[in-house]
Amino acid sequence: MADVVGPDEVAARSARYLRARTGDWLAEIGRISMMIGEMLTTGVQRLPSLTLVVQQMAAIGVDSLWLVTVVSVFTGAVAAVQAAYQFTSVVPLKFLSAVILRSVVIELGPVLTALVIGGRVGASIAAELGTMKVTEQIDALRAMGINPVRYLVAPRVIAAVVMLPILTIYADAIAIFGGWVVATTSVGVPSPTYLQGLREFFYLKDIFSGILKAVFFGGIIGTMGCYSGFQTEGGAEGVGKATTSAVVSSCVLVLVLDYILATVLFRVVFK
Amino acid sequence: MIEIRDLARQLGGRRVLDGVDLDVQKGETLVVLGPSGTGKSVLLKHIIGLMQPDRGSIKIDGEEIVGVRPNEMDRVRSRFGMLFQSAALFDSMTVGENISLPMLEHDRAMSADERERRVRERLEWVGLKGVENMKPASLSGGMRKRVGLARALALDPEYILYDEPTTGLDPIMSDVINQLIRDLQAQLGVTSVVVTHDIKSANEVADRIVLLYQGKVMFSGTPEETATTQDPMVRQFLAGSSRGPIQPV
Repeated sequence: MADVVGPDEVAARSARYLRARTGDWLAEIGRISMMIGEMLTTGVQRLPSLTLVVQQMAAIGVDSLWLVTVVSVFTGAVAAVQAAYQFTSVVPLKFLSAVILRSVVIELGPVLTALVIGGRVGASIAAELGTMKVTEQIDALRAMGINPVRYLVAPRVIAAVVMLPILTIYADAIAIFGGWVVATTSVGVPSPTYLQGLREFFYLKDIFSGILKAVFFGGIIGTMGCYSGFQTEGGAEGVGKATTSAVVSSCVLVLVLDYILATVLFRVVFK
Repeated sequence: MIEIRDLARQLGGRRVLDGVDLDVQKGETLVVLGPSGTGKSVLLKHIIGLMQPDRGSIKIDGEEIVGVRPNEMDRVRSRFGMLFQSAALFDSMTVGENISLPMLEHDRAMSADERERRVRERLEWVGLKGVENMKPASLSGGMRKRVGLARALALDPEYILYDEPTTGLDPIMSDVINQLIRDLQAQLGVTSVVVTHDIKSANEVADRIVLLYQGKVMFSGTPEETATTQDPMVRQFLAGSSRGPIQPV
């Protein structure tokens, strides 16, 4: 017969579990902060190689273009269909492009781009660095007197911070194009009306907000990918866990930070 | 000269190093023998500062390296070369890029022509030619070890640390590596620490052999003294017997 545990014991066990988990999270935050600190201090002492940064920009940005294109064109298309459905008999369709523009530029463009790049690039960075860790390549760098944070982490984080805003601007344009295709071909909005809506509701602060979010999201994706890779232990199983951890933590942090930035930007800065 | 005093390190609740005292003389090739899991590789990683001990001291030519700032440690490391057990070549780079990386990072004034010349020269030292543009994945185990050694030699190190240099190699390739270790000591006068459990390799390359067991140095002697000692641990290890004072982990 299974042991019966009383409510006091359940409460005590829950408290112990919560204390242990809180300790783990704090330790994790501490380690991430130390890695960021080391990246900044070593980066100031000696700038990361431009060649490495450009290589990473190509891997993170150029190689992700096809994925961002597909995601964005359908994001715009779905936004057009959904908005048209919700506007029915309530809002004139001439506002369709304005809704697509502002929702894409402020929210959908940066967040969806960050989520797909977090999946593709975060996983790839964590798997690459995790494999380097378990095959002693990171130890080999240290043994040569090369700081692995400066050599491996800094170029990836810089590349992600630079490329995410560029990909986001590209994603915005493609999504608005996707919305235009659906609006003009199946919803019945004339092309001049769609374009006029874009012109009338184009605000620089919206673009700025989206780009600022993308900068932070790039930092999260690069940092969490590298951090998870550096924490890898064991063999193939460890690399798998690091990859999953990089994607999950990037996506969760992107959404949490999205809320924080939205609050700061639209309730404080642009109020 | 490397001076290690009372070095201790606990890993996963187990005392892997438990007060190691060891001196490595200038120009000497010291072999650290011992069964698997006795902390041989951990000892090497402490010498090059990849791990920090719980207590103890390591001095390189009189300079304490335990607890020094990372920048200082990088300067000390530039006097070392290390051959890892798996060679630890960067698989995203070619052989030539692997060997030239330390030069690029530590001597930015060096011209590309000079770097290429040095890469070719290091590869010739380890008996390899024309492999500069190959990726590590297309090399055999023995070639990978030799490229790893060429990379360790990139900056003309004073000290070379070898972590299981012959593990996983056939007897002929093991002999090639042993010969290389001897040649490098004779020609370049480097000080070497070789961690292995390959007794044949130890006898071929060592000026002195120490036996590490239960985190301590249990025996130290020349290869001749090692072969003739009546120390029961050494006798058991040389005989490869599971019966005796050394308990399999």
